[in-house]
Amino acid sequence: MLDYLSTKNFKHVHDHYLFWIKIFFLTLVIFGLIASLFVSPADYLQGDTVRIMYVHVPASWLALQIFAVMSICSFITLIFKTRVFTLIAKSVAPIGFTFSLISLFTGSIWGQPTWGTFWTWDARLTSMLVLVIFYIIYIIIWKIIPKFNLAEKLTSIVSLIGLANLPIIKFSVEWWNTLHQPSTIKLTESSTIHSTMLTPLLIMFFAFLIFSIIIFLIRFKLESLNLKINSNR
Amino acid sequence: MNSNVKKRLYFFLVSIITTLVIGKFVFDSLKINSVYFFSPTDLKNINEIPNGLIRVGGMIKIKSLSKKGNQYSFIVTDFKNEIMVNYTGIKPNLFEEGQGAVVEGKLNTRTNLVATKILAKHDENYMPKEVADALKKTGNWKKNYGK
Repeated sequence: MLDYLSTKNFKHVHDHYLFWIKIFFLTLVIFGLIASLFVSPADYLQGDTVRIMYVHVPASWLALQIFAVMSICSFITLIFKTRVFTLIAKSVAPIGFTFSLISLFTGSIWGQPTWGTFWTWDARLTSMLVLVIFYIIYIIIWKIIPKFNLAEKLTSIVSLIGLANLPIIKFSVEWWNTLHQPSTIKLTESSTIHSTMLTPLLIMFFAFLIFSIIIFLIRFKLESLNLKINSNR
Repeated sequence: MNSNVKKRLYFFLVSIITTLVIGKFVFDSLKINSVYFFSPTDLKNINEIPNGLIRVGGMIKIKSLSKKGNQYSFIVTDFKNEIMVNYTGIKPNLFEEGQGAVVEGKLNTRTNLVATKILAKHDENYMPKEVADALKKTGNWKKNYGK
């Protein structure tokens, strides 16, 4: 299976299929936006404010998932010294960082009319801020340390430490009293969201996911070329 | 598996276990000390009335919210105990009777709080208005959904 994750294959996908992935993304995002902004109904309590959720929730999910991917890649990097995983982690980091920022900003725009405050130090919001800080540290280490081997090691350790934060974010709403509501979409029980609202949410999530893949393919090619240039010098 | 990989794997496992043990202790103390809000029942059981600002969370009791200009008074309940709250200022949209809320302020007595900030709590239920109305009509409206 690991053979499929070679640098060559990623470049191949980038060179031959990127156009079609972009078309797919555009279709999804147009449908998703129409569905979430016009077709889906207003919430019985929040009214139209609920539409912020269609950006906020997919962005938060991806921010967490991308960090998990980075941590798994870092683990493989540290133990098995396979460089392609370092490049994967390095390429997806800015994508996750952007999504975590989107999550915080849309969250506070939603929080002001619903809760009555932009920000509060409850467990969910604080742990999400910690995730943003981990992303920042990860990216900064790559920027300021010129030696690839050293930066590779340090960033891997950082993202493994950050992995401990992910379950805290996920379960913060159950472990502590928080202002943030508990999860609406649960894996084990039925979700407490009406299907007319769940559909646009899922479309938006897949649109965001495809978008991440596009950016990843571009960034991965760039990072691998960079590595080649620097190692030839 | 070559010996270097094995060595790194062992090192990694040992550090994971150490971190988990440390994490467990940190987590336990965090769970006790980092309370975002208290319930009215928690307040009933405290030994002395705290001096600083505290947060109390619960449901706004139905038919308890009264308004006079921009002065509000209402009762926050956790269905066991309740606490009277007075507040002057602007009220968030979702702050209504039967909804969850978190109020921040100073305790006067064990059952009276002067709030400096009120926050509406939103639950995890999302549905269109028609569905909510239909649920109420058929009597399937869950108690903790609100009214």
